[in-house]
Amino acid sequence: MDTLTPATSSTSGIDQESYERNRRRRMERIIRALLMGCAIISVVTTVGIVVLLLFESLKFFLYDGVSITEFLTGTVWAPQNDQFGILPLFCGTMLVTVGAAIVAMPLGLGTAIYLSEYASPIVRETVKPALEILAGIPSVVFGYLAIVVIAPYIHDLFPDADPANAAAAAIVVGFMILPTVISLSEDVLRAVPRSLREGAFALGATKYDVTVKVVVPAALSGIMASFLLAISRAIGETMAVTLAAGGTPRITLNPLRSIQTMTAYIVEKAQGENPYGTVEYRTIFAVGLTLFVSTMLLNLVAQWILGRMREKYE
Amino acid sequence: MMYTEKELANMASFRVRQRFVSSMFRVLCMGAMWCCLIILAFLLFSVLVRGLQHVDWSFLTGLISRDPEKAGIWVYLISSLWLILLTTLFSIPIGVGAALYLEEYAADTRWKRLVQLNIANLAGVPSIVYGLLGLGLFVWAAQLGRSILAGSLTLTLVILPIVILASQEALRAVPNSIRQASYALGATRWQTTWRQVLPAATPGIMTGVILSISRALGEAAPLVAMGAVQYMNYAPVSVNDSFTALPLAIFQWAGEAKREFHELSAAAIIVLLVVLISLNMIAAYVRHHFGKRVQW
Repeated sequence: MDTLTPATSSTSGIDQESYERNRRRRMERIIRALLMGCAIISVVTTVGIVVLLLFESLKFFLYDGVSITEFLTGTVWAPQNDQFGILPLFCGTMLVTVGAAIVAMPLGLGTAIYLSEYASPIVRETVKPALEILAGIPSVVFGYLAIVVIAPYIHDLFPDADPANAAAAAIVVGFMILPTVISLSEDVLRAVPRSLREGAFALGATKYDVTVKVVVPAALSGIMASFLLAISRAIGETMAVTLAAGGTPRITLNPLRSIQTMTAYIVEKAQGENPYGTVEYRTIFAVGLTLFVSTMLLNLVAQWILGRMREKYE
Repeated sequence: MMYTEKELANMASFRVRQRFVSSMFRVLCMGAMWCCLIILAFLLFSVLVRGLQHVDWSFLTGLISRDPEKAGIWVYLISSLWLILLTTLFSIPIGVGAALYLEEYAADTRWKRLVQLNIANLAGVPSIVYGLLGLGLFVWAAQLGRSILAGSLTLTLVILPIVILASQEALRAVPNSIRQASYALGATRWQTTWRQVLPAATPGIMTGVILSISRALGEAAPLVAMGAVQYMNYAPVSVNDSFTALPLAIFQWAGEAKREFHELSAAAIIVLLVVLISLNMIAAYVRHHFGKRVQW
C-alpha cells in the first residue's frame, strides 16, 4: 500500500506526484480521442456513402451525357442500348413493395393487437421469440423459398403467370418485413396508458370498442411509423427479389409478370464483369443513389414520428 | 324512466351483436397470429424436407462441382469463417469504443445528437448500398481488390450501427451509483469506464455482438454487390484471397434450373440456419446466465 502513504514534504515528492497526474491526464486525453475516433467512423461511413454515390452518379450524368430528366422519366431501361430510364426498375420495386405491404400490414397489425391486448403473458413470451426467428432468417433463404415453394403454388393457381414473378417476390418480402411491423406496433400499442383503456371500459365499451376505437387510434402514429420502416426495408430488400422476381425491367401493374427491382439490377450488373469506369459500372451507383435517398427519407420520417410518440407519453 | 318492451328487445339484440363483433375481432387477431406462426413452420418444414437427406460429411467437405452428387460447401464454409472472424475482430473494438464515447464521454450536445441520429439511420440503410460503398472504397479506391479483407471491412460497416446501438443499451443499464462510487475513490474517467462500467456491461454487449455477427453471417447482398466470386474451387488461405460465402452457395444453387441443385440449396440453408440458431442460443445463454449474476 505504499502508493497510499502521504507524500513527504520534500520537493521531489511533489514533482513526482504532479508528473504522475500530468501523465494520467495525457493518457485520459489520448483515450478520449481514440474513442471519439471510433464514433466518428459512423459519420465517415455516411459521408463516404453519400460522396461515393453522388460522385459516380455525377460522372454518369456529366461524362456519359445521360440527362437527369431522361433518367427519371425514361420508360425503357436497357443500359446496353444506352437507354437509361429508371421508371421500369422503380415500378418493379413499387410493385413488390406494395404487394409486400398488403401481405404484412393486416397480418402484422392483427398479430400485434392480439399479442398486446388479448394474449396471456405465457402466450406472448412464447410467440414473440418464435416470431423473432423470422427476423433472423437471411434474405437469401426467402429467395429460395419464393422460387421453390411459393412460385409453384402461384403457377398452379394462375397457369399463365411467368415462372418467376412479382407476386412470389411480394409474398416473401411481406413475410420478411412482418417482424418489423409486429415488434414495433406491439411496442407502441403497449405504450398506450392503461388509464385510457380503463376509462373506455368504465363507459361500458366492449373489448372491441376499446381496442379499435381507443387503443389503436392512440397508437396510430407509431403504427404508421412501423409501416414506413417496413416499407423502407421492402424497398431495400435484395436477395429475395433478385431470385424471385425474374429480372425483366418493365412497367406493369400485373403481379404475375416477371419484373426487375432496383436492387436486383445492382446484383445482376455486379455479378457480371463490371470493369471500373464504364457506363454500366456507373449505372449501379446512380440506381444505388436513388435507392439510398428513398429509404433514407422513409427512415427519417418514421424516426421523427417515433420520437414524437415517445415524448407524448413520458 | 321506463322502456317499452320493443326498446328493451332492441337493446338486448344490440348487446348480443356487440358481443358477437367483439369476439369475432378477437378471433380475427388470433387468426393473424396463427397464420404467421403456421406459415413460418411450413416454410422451415419445407426446407427440411428438401434438404435434410443431403446434409452429410461429404456435403460439408465437398468442393464446388457441376455434378450435384459431388458438390459440397467446404469452400463457402471456410470463406464465411474467414469473413466472420475478421468482421468480429474489426467491429468489436470500433463498435464498443464508439458506444463508450457516446455514453461515457460525450456531453449531450447537438453534435452528439447528430451522431446518434446518424447511427440510427445507418442501421436502416439497405445492405446492398454498403456493398456499393465497399466496391468503390475498398475494392477500387483502397486497391484491396475483391479480397477477404475488403469483404470483411464492408461487413463491419454493415453491422457497426447494430453493435453500437446494442452496446449503448448495455452501458445505459449500468447504474450511475457504480460510476459515482468509483469517482469518489479518486479514479479517473477511463479507470472508471475500464474497470467498473465495461465489466458490468459485458454480458449485454456480448449478446448484441453475437446477434450482429449472426446477421453478418447471413448477409449476401453486400458481398454480391462487391462482386464476390461464386465459383471458387479453393478454400482461401490468406486475407488477400478472393472470397465467397455460405449464403452465396444458397443463392447460386437456388438460381439453377435443375431440381437437384434446389435440394443442395436447401441443404446449405439447413447448415446456415443451424449455425445461426446456435449463435442465437449462445446469445440467449449469455444474457440469461451472466445477466443473473449481477443484480442491482
